[in-house]
Amino acid sequence: MGVRRVAVLLASLLATLLVSSLVIFVLLEVLPGDPAEVMLGISATPETIAALRAELGLHQSPWQRYWQWLGGMLVGDFGISYSYRIPVATLIYERMLVTIPLAVYALLLTLVLAIPLALMAANRVGGVYDRMFMAVSQFGIALPNFWFAILLIAVFAVERNWFPAGGFAGWEAGITQAILALTLPAVSLAIPQATILFRITRASLLEVASQDYIRLARAKGLSKQAALIKHGFRNAMIPIVTIMGLQCAFLVAGAIIIENVFALPGLGRLVVQAIGQRDLIVIEAVILLLVGLVVSISFIVDMLYMVIDPRQKERGV
Amino acid sequence: MTRLNVNVPLLVGGGVLCLLLGLGLLSFVWTPADPIAIDISQRLLPPSTTAWLGTDHFGRDILSAILRATPISLSIALVGVVLGLMGGVPLGLMAGMTQRPLIMHGVTRLGDVLFAFPALIMAMLLTASFGAGASIAAIAIGIFNIPVFLRITRGATLQVLPQSYILSARLIGLGGVAIACRHILPNIAPLLVVHASIQFALAVLAESALSYLGLGTQPPTPSWGRMLADSQSMLGIAPHLAIAPGGIIMVTVVAANLLGEGLRQKLDPRLALGV
Repeated sequence: MGVRRVAVLLASLLATLLVSSLVIFVLLEVLPGDPAEVMLGISATPETIAALRAELGLHQSPWQRYWQWLGGMLVGDFGISYSYRIPVATLIYERMLVTIPLAVYALLLTLVLAIPLALMAANRVGGVYDRMFMAVSQFGIALPNFWFAILLIAVFAVERNWFPAGGFAGWEAGITQAILALTLPAVSLAIPQATILFRITRASLLEVASQDYIRLARAKGLSKQAALIKHGFRNAMIPIVTIMGLQCAFLVAGAIIIENVFALPGLGRLVVQAIGQRDLIVIEAVILLLVGLVVSISFIVDMLYMVIDPRQKERGV
Repeated sequence: MTRLNVNVPLLVGGGVLCLLLGLGLLSFVWTPADPIAIDISQRLLPPSTTAWLGTDHFGRDILSAILRATPISLSIALVGVVLGLMGGVPLGLMAGMTQRPLIMHGVTRLGDVLFAFPALIMAMLLTASFGAGASIAAIAIGIFNIPVFLRITRGATLQVLPQSYILSARLIGLGGVAIACRHILPNIAPLLVVHASIQFALAVLAESALSYLGLGTQPPTPSWGRMLADSQSMLGIAPHLAIAPGGIIMVTVVAANLLGEGLRQKLDPRLALGV
């Protein structure tokens, strides 16, 4: 039954999130000793440490603090940032307005590049396009995205001045400007991802192309391309969706680096700066959010399997 | 098309990695110049016959710094993969062989939780509580690799288990550990070796990203990632600084991927038959 499978998946999503939150809390607040001393560093006076201990509620046991932190998260209270002195929820909301559009932009570019090229390559295996794309993709997989980003800045921002070298004026400054500022970051995220997706899509299409139903479609008169798109694509989608789910997780990690390369005020830059400032409250919240994003993506992928492949609904667990 | 008997990916990938390793080891006793000696009068020199790749903003020789960084980056990536194997393979064997659903689900769920932490996020967590360093980077990469090898091992174990030689081993009274070590591991080892080299390529990328963000090897020890971070502020006046450190990362990753592909061709019997 489909409903039962959804329930099982949802339960495992929640369980994974709960354990992850415990891992984050233990690593940041229990293992290093006194969080107040960690946050204030070695130059802190006993008075400031005492004040922060009171603010963080450190007189309570770690268990009590964990449940309070978790309960706060559930109602949207992420605590007050120690370095910014504003609610972490506000901070995260502002930064998401950069990170989410960047990730979506990069994902769209990845799809637009990879899928048509894979169709072209799979249409004639061993042909000119196929061999050319396969050779290029070998290097694309090995391309460190932050190095690619630096090269893009050198050529298109420093040398040519077509795009800004970094920074983000905000959506209020105008959509065009914002899109321009996000273009080089999105491209540097998308190209390495697109090469991986290209290879998987090509392999998956080739696997499908040898099936009987494609031969039947060809026999009834469809062209090779039309047969693949009409009958092959949905079947080829299963491994493609798996890889795209993994890629979304990589996009989360990739965005952290790329935001730092381009000095974009997103979640990734926020968390790296928070590590520098030892703002544990911000680090906890952002990392739990990023982990939640990764887990939710794999949940969505599992759900998509059921849409693409009705056979999955029959599976109990 | 005739099949060549020479395994080109294996030769090229393995050869390049051996060369890098050799140069890296050589860098402990000899580099063209001192990789960490600061000489401001020689700063930002373009490539020349004395400094083949030029010098950075402190006048340090780029080639020497890249060579000295090689063994560090390679060993962090290697330790990361080995940690992943050490954690993931026993857990995977356990999850695959156990008769108790509780253990199976517990181990699988543990893998899922670890899988929710990409190497970068785990590195940030560990750095926030224990401070930055090369060993933290290696541990973070290792933790990320545990669920990867867990899944691969479990899947392969489940395929090997129904074989009759496993049943025979059970019949003559061998215990679970003995069966795992003597009969399952040797059969799944080729698969693990192939995936280890692919994960090694990813680990090199992760290590360079971590040191770019300042979460890996700390100064003054040179690292490829931090050389790139330094080069970024000099893009306007010395763009050549950004080429070599990124190039060497890419060469290493391509070589490790080729090695994986070559090993797969050599070790996978289905491919050897030309299927």
